[in-house]
Amino acid sequence: MPTHSISGNRGLQIEEQLIFEQDNPGQTGVDYPDIPQAKNRLGGLDREGEIGLPGLSEPQVVRHYMRLSQKNYAIDSGVYPLGSCTMKHNPRLNEKMARLPGLADLHPLQPMQTTQGAMELMSSCANWLCTLTNMPVVAMSPAAGAHGELCGLMAVRAALEDQGYARTKVLVPESAHGTNPASAHLCGYSVESIPAKENGRVNLDVLKEKLDGEVACFMLTNPNTCGLFENEILDIAKAVHDAGAYFYCDGANFNAIVGVVRPGDLGIDCMHINLHKTFSTPHGGGGPGSGPVVFSEALAPYVPVPYVVQEGDTYRLVEDEASAEGKPFGRMKSFHGQFGVFVRALSYMMSLGSDGLRQVARDAVLNANYLAVKLEGSLSRSYEGVCMHEVLFDDRFLKDTGVTTLDFAKALLDEGVHPMTMYFPLVVHGALLMEPTETESKQSLDQFIEMVLGLTERAKGDNARYFEQAPRMTPRRRLDETAAARKPVLKWVPPTEEA
Amino acid sequence: MRYLPLGQSDREEMLKDIGVSSVDDLFVDVPKSVLLDTPVDLPKTAGEMQVERSISAMARKNLGTSQAPSFLGGGAYRHHVPAAVDHLIQRGEFLTSYTPYQPEVSQGTLQYLFEFQTQVSMLTGMDVANASLYDGATATAEAVMMAARVTKRKKAVLSGGLHPHYRDVTLTQARFMDFAVESADVDVEGKEDLTALIDDKTACVVVQNPSFFGHVKDLTGLAETCHEKGVLLVVAFGEVVSLGAITPPGAMGADIVVGEGQSLGNAVNYGGPYLGLMACRQKFVRQMPGRLVGETTDVEGRRGWVLTLSTREQHIRREKATSNICTNSGLCALAFNMHLTMLGEVGFTKLAKINHAHASLLVDRLEEISGVELVNESFFNEFTLRLSKPATEVVDALVEKEILGGIPVSRLYPGDSDMADLLLVAATEVNTVEDMDALVNGLKEVL
Repeated sequence: MPTHSISGNRGLQIEEQLIFEQDNPGQTGVDYPDIPQAKNRLGGLDREGEIGLPGLSEPQVVRHYMRLSQKNYAIDSGVYPLGSCTMKHNPRLNEKMARLPGLADLHPLQPMQTTQGAMELMSSCANWLCTLTNMPVVAMSPAAGAHGELCGLMAVRAALEDQGYARTKVLVPESAHGTNPASAHLCGYSVESIPAKENGRVNLDVLKEKLDGEVACFMLTNPNTCGLFENEILDIAKAVHDAGAYFYCDGANFNAIVGVVRPGDLGIDCMHINLHKTFSTPHGGGGPGSGPVVFSEALAPYVPVPYVVQEGDTYRLVEDEASAEGKPFGRMKSFHGQFGVFVRALSYMMSLGSDGLRQVARDAVLNANYLAVKLEGSLSRSYEGVCMHEVLFDDRFLKDTGVTTLDFAKALLDEGVHPMTMYFPLVVHGALLMEPTETESKQSLDQFIEMVLGLTERAKGDNARYFEQAPRMTPRRRLDETAAARKPVLKWVPPTEEA
Repeated sequence: MRYLPLGQSDREEMLKDIGVSSVDDLFVDVPKSVLLDTPVDLPKTAGEMQVERSISAMARKNLGTSQAPSFLGGGAYRHHVPAAVDHLIQRGEFLTSYTPYQPEVSQGTLQYLFEFQTQVSMLTGMDVANASLYDGATATAEAVMMAARVTKRKKAVLSGGLHPHYRDVTLTQARFMDFAVESADVDVEGKEDLTALIDDKTACVVVQNPSFFGHVKDLTGLAETCHEKGVLLVVAFGEVVSLGAITPPGAMGADIVVGEGQSLGNAVNYGGPYLGLMACRQKFVRQMPGRLVGETTDVEGRRGWVLTLSTREQHIRREKATSNICTNSGLCALAFNMHLTMLGEVGFTKLAKINHAHASLLVDRLEEISGVELVNESFFNEFTLRLSKPATEVVDALVEKEILGGIPVSRLYPGDSDMADLLLVAATEVNTVEDMDALVNGLKEVL
């Protein structure tokens, strides 16, 4: 009996060719009026030959993307417990607000008397962020978290240069996101790693030893990537400042403490905020994000351009260094930042309000601890006690089963859920980092727990082959990443050219 | 609260399972002195109606480009985006998915990014393109650092026709990377010769085409000069639609091409989010920053896509990565990919021709006004005018007539008195004859 369909389709999972393979030359999905007669002023540089773009009508295009969308998992589909990624529900009101006429159709270089409402919105968004963090100043322009890290470090360096010596090193804990050392490098610093203690927190003694006159900055994620609050953070801040260095906080995990703890009270000098994490703006398959950076008084003078100032009832953008009051270190991005993301984040903050945002953190932490307690009997938890918004397991529970963390994650795909973060942080072996967020119901968590426990039991029951072969029911099964990297095929080429 | 599914009874049941009496007990690791007892001093929870009312009120205080005749460009252009695009990007499977780290359940995102990379390489005439960066300015700075890695040299020469924000972002990055940048004099007339600035210590020359002031230039000679000295030619653009009408950078000898992709699929959004485009020659691909999607097969031999060459990236290489970029502009790239797919060869080239024709017709009419002088010999959909009065005054007076008449160049070159009378004007397919009448009549009255 045949086991495969004739088409290769599997019910609603439809095989979809590339747009280039659906080319119907001359076809288009957009009708324009005739081109008006006008003098050609291209300076003799008219493009010659075909570009190679395929022709498709609107129905074909709509079907193409509809089918592609059905091959994706999303937070709209179910729980997405990627640790340190904060995959929470994205409210649709925010999308509607970002598309309002008078916001979406504003050009960044319109005269400022025609964009007073937009600057008011930026200013309001900035005020929410400053109040929630108890920090005096925010740079709104960074485009994403890593871009925010770079912004913070540039301000640190500018401040130190101002004091006469930029120093040479940045310290990061070994559990840090990879962007931390990469950002430090882009700021001209070498990187040294600080080990963790047995309880998963920064080893303060080692930190103190390393804090010499060459250290410009200590970068710490808090809560850290093991899902733990750095309980000695006030001592850490003091040690860093005593050494004349600055204290950077990676705000990727701000969701755990928003409305409950203000980073400004912890002695930090700068922190980026991923609006696409804590403040619910969509991840969009990898962006766009937005990474505003809040600064302490010590770093406030170095905030990059542009920024909004309010003079009476009037708002104004300070766009260039010469007309700025402080000593801005430069510019991070064209125009004024990810304005469309600000609209969404403000819509979210206004919706939740100060009370709702506090509840966000409390529910996020409650959900993570619920997962921790329900799973720790069967999986191996890396650190005991309460966790914050995410809970870390390692692969000890898979010892002698022949099942790896990767296999375990792939088996979850067959259960119809997205796996947790795997193999990060690097401080434990075969990490599984789970962040449920506050937007999961108890019912959804219970279903997830049931799946994870069921798979754990299966893993311990001599079923390595089942896991090795997972996933079986996804639009694609395991893909050959080695072959992809060895001989990269990074674009479609017409079949004739290929031959 | 409508976004929080846990009810009070859920919370109590869960706390019981955890074995604590209150959520406060879960925050025991936080020093008591910094733990807040009550919400911070900000407004409380609000319903959809209230939020919509507040944000709409802010929107109404602005004059949107769709509400007035508008001729603004300078690296951000209003175009017509087909209705299907905005509908489709809001499919939850696109909008609310993460970076495609689990390729088995991310083939939708990976396939459109592969199509996007192919489209960008076709438009630019280059071998390969990445899956997008933040915007044109950051892409330019990344290109300069990439050229430094390829050539192992630490000096960049920037054309005087480069968008001032692209220049400033590059200068900012260079300052912290101990990297020399030589900016040529501002090139209003489009007649600069960069040869004298290029030597055997130069990693790259960055030139924008069409330039910030709108000039369309043949860069073939410059490319030859660069290559003779082992220098890479980086070509930037601010208006991707221009590539439907003018010779692509790849055909003029560019080694790296960067630019702003906003015009396709994305609204002007008061400056962001946009998407940076980057393409290069095949031999430089391993020095390229950003995500790359590659073709492969799954265990059943079926074609599929994965993120590839990730050993260049921060999550593997940490401080040795080619860039710190993690999140890029996925959804903006999808909008770009969809819009360009809707257009196809016929639609895209026609769109470019209409843009040029509109700009050309507008120039004919503006040149007849006394007090207006065209600076450009060539342009695509944007050009520079020299006015008989300071451009800021003129633009402000036009605003009184509800016309967004262009960008005073001085806004981007503050303190440079030579720029005071220059006005940057763009026309796209959305500008009607009535819009042009309004601008022409308005200028006649104001000048």
